Amino acid sequence: MPQNPLTSPLLQVEGLRKWYPLGGGWLGKPVQHVKAVDGVSFEIRRGEVLSLVGESGSGKSTVGRAILNLNPPTAGEVSFDGKPLVGLTRRQMRPMRRAMQMVFQDPYSSLNPKHTVEALLSAPLEIHMPELSLQQRRDRIDTVLKTVGLNPAHRSRYPHEFSGGQRQRVGIARALMTDPQLLVADEPVSSLDVSVQAQVINLLLELKQRLGLTMLFISHDLAVVGHISDRIAVMYLGRLVEIADAESLLNNPRHPYTRALMAAVPNLDPRERRPRELLKGDIPSSLSPPSGCAFRTRCPHAQPACANGVPELRVVDRNHATACIRDDI
Amino acid sequence: MNLYEPIHTPVVQPGAQADQQADSILDVRDLNVTFRTAAGTVHAVRDVSFSVRRGETLALVGETSSGKSVTCLGLLGLTPPAPYCTITGSARVTARDGNAYELVGTPERVMRRVRGGVASVIFQEPMTSLNPVHTIGAQICESLRIHLGMNVRSATDRAADLLNQVGISDPKRRLTNYPHELSGGMRQRVMIAMAIACEPSLLIADEPTTALDVTIQAQILELLEKLQAETRMAMIYITHNLGTVAEIADRVMVMYAGRIVEQADVVELFTQPRHPYSRGLIHSVPRLHSNRARKTPLFAIPGNVPDPTGHPPGCTFGPRCGHFEPKRCDAAVPVLQHAQPGHLVRCVRWPEIEGAM
Repeated sequence: MPQNPLTSPLLQVEGLRKWYPLGGGWLGKPVQHVKAVDGVSFEIRRGEVLSLVGESGSGKSTVGRAILNLNPPTAGEVSFDGKPLVGLTRRQMRPMRRAMQMVFQDPYSSLNPKHTVEALLSAPLEIHMPELSLQQRRDRIDTVLKTVGLNPAHRSRYPHEFSGGQRQRVGIARALMTDPQLLVADEPVSSLDVSVQAQVINLLLELKQRLGLTMLFISHDLAVVGHISDRIAVMYLGRLVEIADAESLLNNPRHPYTRALMAAVPNLDPRERRPRELLKGDIPSSLSPPSGCAFRTRCPHAQPACANGVPELRVVDRNHATACIRDDI
Repeated sequence: MNLYEPIHTPVVQPGAQADQQADSILDVRDLNVTFRTAAGTVHAVRDVSFSVRRGETLALVGETSSGKSVTCLGLLGLTPPAPYCTITGSARVTARDGNAYELVGTPERVMRRVRGGVASVIFQEPMTSLNPVHTIGAQICESLRIHLGMNVRSATDRAADLLNQVGISDPKRRLTNYPHELSGGMRQRVMIAMAIACEPSLLIADEPTTALDVTIQAQILELLEKLQAETRMAMIYITHNLGTVAEIADRVMVMYAGRIVEQADVVELFTQPRHPYSRGLIHSVPRLHSNRARKTPLFAIPGNVPDPTGHPPGCTFGPRCGHFEPKRCDAAVPVLQHAQPGHLVRCVRWPEIEGAM
């Protein structure tokens, strides 16, 4: 491949689709599809944190899982470090997984309660680095435990002996065991208490700087995302509606949905209470999304023209693209 | 006893205590809730006293195992029976008709009439708190028939009015829906409709928006504010999310490890927090518009919430506190003192650490 390996993006996603068939049944053709992800393209540069923001049903987690081939995509291209991933068998995928790891939302259900921390952390080493001796494995576990702020003496403990924040640190440690280049973190702080949430966000920021990690950070909370991201992509009903540098997106949001998300973040100063800007209704079902712009049914700026065709992402500023046809908002 | 009989027999006669604070709807004094578990005795709530006035929103803020939810479950008699759980203290709630009811140690048959009729509750997860095998109409009508003695037809009409009031369109048709046919936001609206059906004087909202999306959360907060303005009910809003507290509360009570550590007016709490824990909580919330702070570490409170079966001696926050002073902070549990009129703080060092962060 003619690309310069240092400046080329680490991950490229092109036209990613994940459709789930519905209806039909045994030997029958599916009647409908749930278009969980419908044509998403973006890239993540090396050492960058890209956040995917959206509400439930927006398809943000599906994108994360499709990239890692945990749910193979229906269509589209994903390439990691220049190598295409879509269509690889499990066996072919295995060596790739060493470089791309995932941190899950719920540290209660993503850690096997019957395994000690040592067993949980040595599993990725046994699979991906079988050449390591027992002692080397132990050393590696100790190093990583220290990296995530846990005590190496915690090796022999079981998950239930940890608090939520510590458990999430174990989850992060497991993802770091194989020294990955890309970390996909799916709502890693949503189930944590506020004071502990700050600890884990700080840990992820520190890891990014120290280990040069590239990260796809999936979250519904724009305030958290604003703190950790270099770039932010906003999703609504399976599509990207806006993607930009974090500063540009938060200071100058172009898409009405991004604005609505920002307006919904509570203000911490009770002296500045103001009337809420509310969105009407709920997110439509992804089984039958509205025609044209999917957001138009809730959008305060919708016009008849919004129903004519799905708006494509268009560049409005440096590194800033939005999928809204209106320029005058 | 006939459950369909309307409420008319108060436990405490009107005017007995209520005139001390004329507008006080709920008065809690020295509430203690203790659980007996296999791992040991858990003092989930210790010496909690507070009151809520008519039309006022008191936010109860705390993290996991702070005792905020148990306080309210204990008030409504929803904790496990003795000897697994003991509740001491007193809690008096005043109904709309002026009758007062004692909530601690009251027999279940009376509590059954208080719950839903005088004080009702909205839980966090609307999917698990609605019954999946009954239509929402049947579930709303149930409390109307039990508490108000309505017949099926008038209860159905009232249920449709309630759905309309909580912002659900086409209410007549919605009454025949089952919970799984509704979105999360709609389900929470139905829960709210059930909770306000009998016009309670006190509404307890236990993390009502935590399971919802941010845009829906804003809608529900708006709805709660609207209903409270219309009915002048007192509200206890339980949450760990300080952002929503700043938006909805009149007064705030911060709990840590079962105790109140600070209590103040909402503006005062956010602008001049006194307890190191409240300060830490407020500072650790990521903010949207803080360009200079972006990508710099967030303020984080070190350590974890203490194990509920074995609290540290003295101030329970001591081991995590940046202002901890040996021999002073771990000598005895600090008492709640008045930092200002209406502003309570449980910290021995609050006058010294003022201004410092």
